[in-house]
Order: sequence, then C-alpha cells, then structure tokens
Amino acid sequence: MKHTISVLVENHFGAFDRIATMFSGKGFNLTSISIGETEIPDISRMTVVTEGDNQILDQIVKQLDRLIDTIKVIDLTSAYHVERELALIKVSMQKATMEQIKNITDIFRGTIVDITNNSMTIEITGPPDKIDATVNVLMPFGIMEMARSGIVALTRGEQIKKNNKEKIKKNNKSQIIKETK
Amino acid sequence: MKNKGQVMTGAEIFFECLKKEKVEHIFGFPGGSVLKLYEQLYDIDFLQHILVRHEQGAVHAAEGYAKASGKTGVVLVTSGPGATNTVTGIADAYMDSVPIVVFTGQVPSHLIGNDAFQEADMMGITRPITKHNFLVRSVEELAITIKKAFYIASSGRPGPVVVDLPKDVINSKCEFVYPDNMEIRGYKPTIKGHSHQIKKAAEAISKAKRPLLYVGGGVIMSGGSQELALFARENKLPVVMTLQGLGAFPGTDDLSLGMLGMHGTYWANQAVDNCDVLVSLGARFDDRVTGNCETFAKNAFKIHADIDPTCIDKNVIVDIPIVGDVKHILAELAVEMPKPPDIKDWWSQIYEWKDECPMQYEDNDGRLRTEYVIEKLSEKTNGNAVIVTDVGQHQMWTAQYYKYNFPRSNITSGGLGTMGFSVPASIGVSFAVKDRPIISISGDGGFQMNIQELITAAAYKVPVKFIIINNSFLGMVRQWQEMFHGEKYSFTDLSASNPDFVKVGEAFGIESFSTDSPKDVDSLLDKALSINDRPVLIEFKVVKDDLVFPMVPSGGSISEMMVKRINSKRMTLL
Ligand SMILES: Cc1ncc(C[n+]2csc(CCOP(=O)(O)OP(=O)(O)O)c2C)c(N)n1
Repeated sequence: MKHTISVLVENHFGAFDRIATMFSGKGFNLTSISIGETEIPDISRMTVVTEGDNQILDQIVKQLDRLIDTIKVIDLTSAYHVERELALIKVSMQKATMEQIKNITDIFRGTIVDITNNSMTIEITGPPDKIDATVNVLMPFGIMEMARSGIVALTRGEQIKKNNKEKIKKNNKSQIIKETK
Repeated sequence: MKNKGQVMTGAEIFFECLKKEKVEHIFGFPGGSVLKLYEQLYDIDFLQHILVRHEQGAVHAAEGYAKASGKTGVVLVTSGPGATNTVTGIADAYMDSVPIVVFTGQVPSHLIGNDAFQEADMMGITRPITKHNFLVRSVEELAITIKKAFYIASSGRPGPVVVDLPKDVINSKCEFVYPDNMEIRGYKPTIKGHSHQIKKAAEAISKAKRPLLYVGGGVIMSGGSQELALFARENKLPVVMTLQGLGAFPGTDDLSLGMLGMHGTYWANQAVDNCDVLVSLGARFDDRVTGNCETFAKNAFKIHADIDPTCIDKNVIVDIPIVGDVKHILAELAVEMPKPPDIKDWWSQIYEWKDECPMQYEDNDGRLRTEYVIEKLSEKTNGNAVIVTDVGQHQMWTAQYYKYNFPRSNITSGGLGTMGFSVPASIGVSFAVKDRPIISISGDGGFQMNIQELITAAAYKVPVKFIIINNSFLGMVRQWQEMFHGEKYSFTDLSASNPDFVKVGEAFGIESFSTDSPKDVDSLLDKALSINDRPVLIEFKVVKDDLVFPMVPSGGSISEMMVKRINSKRMTLL
C-alpha cells in the first residue's frame, strides 16, 4: 500500500543524503521525495511517498526516526491530511488544438505558463490523482516534457501543540516527542 | 552570547575537547592532513597515542578498548587512504554497536570536491555504516561537534561516529568554550521502559510453563549483567546467549544453556524451539540466531526488550515490545514478577536434552583439537580472561567451550564477521584491562589479515597472548565446502603457503612457540599465562578437517540441526 510520510529534518549538511541512503541501503521503495523550508528557519520538511506492507512501513518509520537529523516522523496515511503536487506539462500544440488544450487546462484549474508556436506549458496543482487525470487527458496531444514535484503534505487542523512549536523555535530543545506510530 | 574563552587553534581545541571527554587513549596513524594535530600531540601528556601500523588496526583496537572498558574508543587518521583504511573497522563497529569516534583528516575546505591530493568523500563513504557523521565546516563548530560525537557514539544504542576535519579548520583559530550541555532535538534515546508493558511481560513470564531468556550483547552494553543474574536466579529461568551475549551471564551457572543459534548447543536450540514464552533482552533476532524466522520459537509468546526500536518487529514479530535500556527493564521486571513460574518439568526436559546430546568432540586419537585447547584455557583462567577471537571455526569453538564468567570478556566480531579483528582488538583491550589475562585467538587465515599489528604489540609490550589455531585451512569456509559445496576445497587450503608462524613472531620480537601435540598444551598455556610484561605467541597445529557442531544450516530450522559427522561424507540429522 502507498504511504505518505512527513519528516521534519534538521537543515544540516548531508541530512537529505542520509535519508536517501537509508532508503537505498535498506532496500525500501521510494516513489517520490520532496524537500523544502518550513516555518522554522533551520528545519526542513521532507515528504516521502513509499510503498510496503505494515511491517515494512513500521520499519521505514522507525529507521527514519532513528536518524539523528530527523526531528519528527509521521505516517500521514491514516491521519487526516492534505496532499498536493505540482506538475509542469509541456504539450505539443497546433493552431487547431490550442483551444482544446486551453479548455482542458481551465477544467483542471491549471495555468498556462508558457506558449510557443508548437507547444504550450501548463502548470497544474492538486492531489496526485488530479495530476494523473490531467496527464491522461493531455496525453493524446503529445506530452513533450513533464516535471512533477512529488507530493507535499500536511496534517489538517492543529497537530503540533503550539507551545511545543514555540520551544523549538526558541531554544533548540526538543519538546517534540518523536511519534513513531 | 557565549562566555569568553581563550583563543586557540583548532588543533589545540581538539585536544582540549578530548581532555574534557576524559579520553586517555587514542589509536592513530599520522599523515598530511592531520600534521597540525600530531604537532600538537607531541607536547601532550594527558593522553596516550598508540601508533598502529595500519588504520584498520587502529579502529579494531579502539573497538577492543571500547568493548572491554565500556568507554568510547578514539581513532585519529589522515585523509584519503588513511581514512578509507578505517572503513572496515567502522562497519564492524556499526554492526556490533561499539561506541567509537573516528577523526579523519580532510583536505582544506576550499579544495573539497576538487579531487585534491588524498581527498576521499568520507561523509558519503561512511554514511551507511555510521550512527552519525559530521564534517566540521568551521573552527567555531569544532568543540560542539566533538561533544555531540561523543554523546551520540556512547548513548542509546552505541555506535561509530565519524568526524571529518578539514585541514584549515584545524589550523585556524577561535575562542574556545566547551559547551556544558548540548541538545540534539532529533535524538532522545528512550531509557526507561514502558511500565505497563513491563508489567504485562512479568505476568506472562510468571504464568509461563516453558519460559526462556534470550540474551544478547545489549545486556552487556547496558551494564545490566547483575540485574540479569538476579532476575534469572530468583525465578530459576533458563538463559541462552547470543555470540555477543556470552559473558552477560556466567557460563558456569546451572541456569546457563550456553549459546543458541547456528552453532549453539543442542539443548539451547531445543529450548528455543519448545519454549512458550521467549524473553529477548538486548538481542536483535539476527539470522545466525534465528535461522528460518518462520519456525524460530514458533509457539512462543515473544517479549522483546531493546533500546533500539528498529530492532523490534524487524525479523520476527513480537507480542510485547519494550523499548528502553535493558538494565532498567530487567530491574523493573524483577520487581513486577508476581511469583516465579512453576517450571520443574521444563527443567527436567532441558536436562534430558543435555544428556541426549552433550557438547563433545573426538579426543581419543592423540591428535590436537581446538576444542581441547579452549577447554584447557577455560580451566586455567577460570573463565576470567578477556578472550578476543577472530572469525571462523576457532571463534565458534571458543564460544562453545570457553565459560565466560564476566561481561566484557568476550570480544569478537559478530555482526560483520571481520577476519583480522582479533590481533588489533586485543591490543586495544590491553590498554583498558590491566588485571586479567588477555588472550587473542585467531585462525591461521585471519591472523595474517592484520599481522602488521604484532609490531604494535611488541613496541608497547602489551601482555597479550596471541594464540593461532592453525588448521592449515580457511577452516570455516572449508566446512561449508565440505558440507554444502560438493567437497570442492576451492582456494581454502593454506597448508603449502602458510608462513612459519614462530619465525614470524620472532621477527616481530615476540617470543613464540608451536606444537601439534595435546601433551604440550598445559605447559605452553602455563608459560604464556606467566608472562605479563610482553606479548607471547603460541601456534597450535590442529586437525585440518574438523567441523564445528552442532550446526543449523543457514536459514534452516532447529529440526535440521546436525550434531556430528558419521563418516567423511554425511552428517547426522536429528
Ligand atoms: C575479511 C574477511 N574475508 C573473508 C571472510 C570469509 N570467511 C569467513 S570464515 C573464513 C575462514 C577463516 O579461516 P581462518 O582464519 O583460518 O579460521 P578458521 O575458520 O580456520 O578457524 C573466511 C575466509 C571474512 N569473514 N572476513
């Protein structure tokens, strides 16, 4: 089964490599991985999409948690959460198909970000299945190039207690209890 | 703002930090990137630097030192080849959870990535084989990084930490303040086990009809041997130990069934196979222990106490996991036990197994055998020596026949199985242990893998007794060839190509002896045990084609255990 895991990690040299190395070294499946800033300057959030049965997932979460640079690991799959992905899709285009592609873009609430005589680049954001759907519909026109960001995700509502967050910011002390399950 | 400290060079700061960490010994080998550190070392007297002859030797020595003392072992080497030579040792320490900090020199920061002379990406190379690694990016980060390195290496489940030191960091200056405390927000080992889980475990053990304690190296590392002894004795619980667990509980105690697993005793493995409650303490269900995971302790209710949550449910799914320091968990378990279990029948069953198939070896043809040497050694030292074995048949025979009395006495490469471990590791042990005999036992193959360290032993006059079990073969591989590979002894026969080990020893300035007769074993061991101010070497020329039994074939079940060779071809299957 597919799982989305959210990892808060120290913004340290090599932290990303360490996580990637762990996945390859242990032979875990890695479908997508994305990393970026959080509201706290020295912490990044990594969103990992992986696959496996419960025992493997349990191991993945524990192994991630064991890394010194990871601060918090949550398997979002069973939690209430939002997932988004961004894709840039360059579709080949003729005069005749221009209108059609524009319509499709509108239906999926995408944006046209670049256009040439024979191509159009569309930016589309949404849950991964929406991106899949868009890609499927655009496929017949001819997809010249595509880049997908991998999933980013957050839990809904207030998940981290506020005062805990404050403490991380203030004095680098971990009040965040690592959640492994 | 930090409080003001003295301005020092990186090199000075480095040694100030080691002083704060109470480091007394470092094992190392100099080179270009760490010249400044060696310059500094020249005038330092609060610690002893031990010069090895190969960086792998330095790491194994630090491991031996750490395993024997419980302190963190320290290594210092130069960049490039010096650093890459440490890799096997670091991987070894990682697999066996040995606390060491390895300082590797690195080319100056601005040259990193340029394929500079003697550059190697140690961060990349050691990432999968370290508990953590650091590249120190500025002299200001040096002190805090060293502090973190020692903390990470020694706390929780211990392990190796690499600190990569670019040359410019060592050469530049900053104010030195050693931080009193440091927090790593992503790293908080759980020490105290969950009380509710412990209570449930105690109840299960108390109600068990056929309970069994399965003890690993974690008990020794946590310092929980006494708690284990109390708990086991109060409840009369049978104890089986892993290779790394040997010594956690006295091998001579009636409750000890010895080692379990591939070359474990018949009765230990039968007990595992038949127990109804299995209590794993600081052990990790390694495949050399479990064989086929599906059939391992198949009917048992399983309790697993370990400080590393990733060990739990990794190979075998358990019923009650307890994450925490086993010493604490054992103490709490003892208090929580409602009453000792009623297990008289279980014990009679175990004794029956013991009678059915005791540990025995052929000893009536007048030829010298490893088992005999180890048995004698165990007798003569009363199980009180520190035994440092290499990897192979001799390692298994030592595990089977040496009756360890104390924790931190059995020092061996278990997880990685690194030939060449024993010689340097025993040298490391000698800097930590002063009041007990230290015995290095190697096969003729493994002995040659770090043979250069004999000169380190001689130069520092370490009182190690180097025993070579010479069967003229890469014995353990030969055993598999005989049993599983059609008796094709492909590249394992060393009889025509081994050196004269007595001459080798003497060339290094070490008094050396050799025999192939059981009659000489007593006197030679006595002789070696009487020499306490320098190394000594004894070669025992043993039977070439003996096999280690019992044996559960790799990935097999207890029902496939073989206990002896009937004729040259076939083994008994029980
Ligand atoms: C560095 C290394 N290379 C290869 C092996 C594979 N190996 C395991 S046991 C063994 C034979 C060891 O022979 P020897 O040192 O003579 O000891 P014996 O088994 O005869 O006691 C070998 C080659 C290993 N464990 N380590």
